[in-house]
Amino acid sequence: MFLRIFKTTWAWLDARLGISALVVPMITHRVPPDARWWYVFGSATLAAFLLQVVTGVMLSFSYVPSSGDAYAALQYLSHDAPFGRLLRGLHYFGASAMVLMVGIHALQVFLFGAYKFPRELNWITGVLLLGLTLGMGFTGQILRWDQTAVWSVVVGAEQAGRAPLAGEWIARLILGGGNIGGMTLSRFFVLHVFVLPALIMGLVGAHLRLVLRNGISEPPKPGAPVDPTTYRQDYAALLEKTGRPFWPDAAWRDVVFAAGMIVVVVLCAFLLGPPELGKPPDPSLIHADPRPDWYLLWYFAVLALLPPATENVFIVFAPLAAGVALLVIPLLFPRGERHFSRRPWAVAAVLTLLVMFGALWRAGLDSDWSPDFTAQPIPQKVVASTDPLVQHGAQLFFSKACIHCHAIEGNGGRRGPNLTDVSDRLTQEQITIRILNGATNMPAFGDILKPDEMKALSVFLESRREPGRKSN
Amino acid sequence: MKLEKITRRRFLTGISFGLAAASAALVSVPVIGSILVPLFRRLPEVWRSVGHVDSFEVGKTVPVVFQNADPLPWAGVSAKNAAWLRRVSETEFVAFAINCMHLGCPVTWLPDAELFMCPCHGGVYTKDGEVAAGPPPKALARHQVRVRNGEVEVLTMPIPIA
Repeated sequence: MFLRIFKTTWAWLDARLGISALVVPMITHRVPPDARWWYVFGSATLAAFLLQVVTGVMLSFSYVPSSGDAYAALQYLSHDAPFGRLLRGLHYFGASAMVLMVGIHALQVFLFGAYKFPRELNWITGVLLLGLTLGMGFTGQILRWDQTAVWSVVVGAEQAGRAPLAGEWIARLILGGGNIGGMTLSRFFVLHVFVLPALIMGLVGAHLRLVLRNGISEPPKPGAPVDPTTYRQDYAALLEKTGRPFWPDAAWRDVVFAAGMIVVVVLCAFLLGPPELGKPPDPSLIHADPRPDWYLLWYFAVLALLPPATENVFIVFAPLAAGVALLVIPLLFPRGERHFSRRPWAVAAVLTLLVMFGALWRAGLDSDWSPDFTAQPIPQKVVASTDPLVQHGAQLFFSKACIHCHAIEGNGGRRGPNLTDVSDRLTQEQITIRILNGATNMPAFGDILKPDEMKALSVFLESRREPGRKSN
Repeated sequence: MKLEKITRRRFLTGISFGLAAASAALVSVPVIGSILVPLFRRLPEVWRSVGHVDSFEVGKTVPVVFQNADPLPWAGVSAKNAAWLRRVSETEFVAFAINCMHLGCPVTWLPDAELFMCPCHGGVYTKDGEVAAGPPPKALARHQVRVRNGEVEVLTMPIPIA
């Protein structure tokens, strides 16, 4: 009964709206049969984006895009609003899923040589979408308007400020003026909620249109190079012979994978929850330890590990060069072999990228370069001496800030060398010279330490040696 | 006859494109202007009182908190700023911007070591704000300081962009 009413209503509507006429040919277009599970990452990215749109709209019901009030609204969202914590979690893990999926999608397309003729513009729109996704990640982290967000804006502005000529202008545009203030958050809100999503939606439309027009690439075979003069005929012949309708023959895998991804996102949101809010967005709170979310942690490492001399050039031109390089790949290599077994350089590039990102990401997790301001004085058990000079030295090691950068048996920072057994490497004289003169990443303490303090410190450090080795 | 028809078409095409471009140009003035507002607005500087002279001990370096030059009504705590203020002598004060010149993170004063240290990438400055170690390309920026009617006043400034 209900089914009959539904069917007649739908038939009435469809006759006037023409939805079937528009959509059915689109979703039943023929695709190569052996694409299988490799091809699910693009649709999973789209699914993650849709999840972001829905949860983002829901979050903005409670969000207040004002530099002064956003923090209170976020506190309410996180702790009091019904479903607020879950929504924040969904949006956070949804963002993570989207970044992950768009990254895997790009790698897969590259490794399969699917960017070659006639799909150059599929790749180029995809690269722009990849950039916009990272842009959404950065601006979204700013909307979590706590202390870390404030300092992330400052760091972003300072980076842009390195650009030649227009640097200072760009920095002022990012800050929304000379300082953090009322303009800052509103502008990031507009970017995150209106401008970037609109660009993404437009480009997703173009990307999908291109997928339909040029067809899903057939999985590559070694020894079957792309020749632009014959490719389209060959592809049409392939579809004619073995093609299957996209819906449902191929699409079910996309649905299964996307559904699985969303289940994982929901589970993470529910079990792990969103990132906790930091301290209030008050730039006068000096003790800050800003670091980005995981998907930008590798860049945090890049900024820390760059040799200072190359910094100005690198900060501005490296992201630019990386973007341009990605964009021109299909223009430089539109033809030839697609299978990775015939493209050793492509495989090497992917492996290099993966190792690089992995290593930088790992380094970002540890972030050894950040001084440890929470370090406590060296415990007596570690000092292990009743010599008053050693005792005094141990106390100076803490009070003169050595401990923020140097660790002794796990007590202290990792910015500089570990000094647990420093006297196995350096004599007391060498230790003294190093402390008085400093080094590239270590201040000279010649003007700071009094002679007796220098003596005590060097005696203390000289007593740091591998257990068992006798003092000389 | 045929020629006239084409001319008319071309005229209408021209009119349509022209009108669309003119109206877009008209609207783009306020649109682009509002995006670029932070560039046109003069960056004002204001003297802000940070405390009575007697509340600062000679030789001590302390954080002082003040409002930015032109806080918008909804800026709340985000319009606050801080500086490291040192009373050098009875009459002389210096104030350092808190922003590290590497990437702007807030530096911390370590009184016993007499160093400013940055939590982000380990930049270190001497007590005079000169670069002592690490990545910073420049010395810490300084706020102007003056004493008026027994009050120490700091001149606000934009975040220094290296």
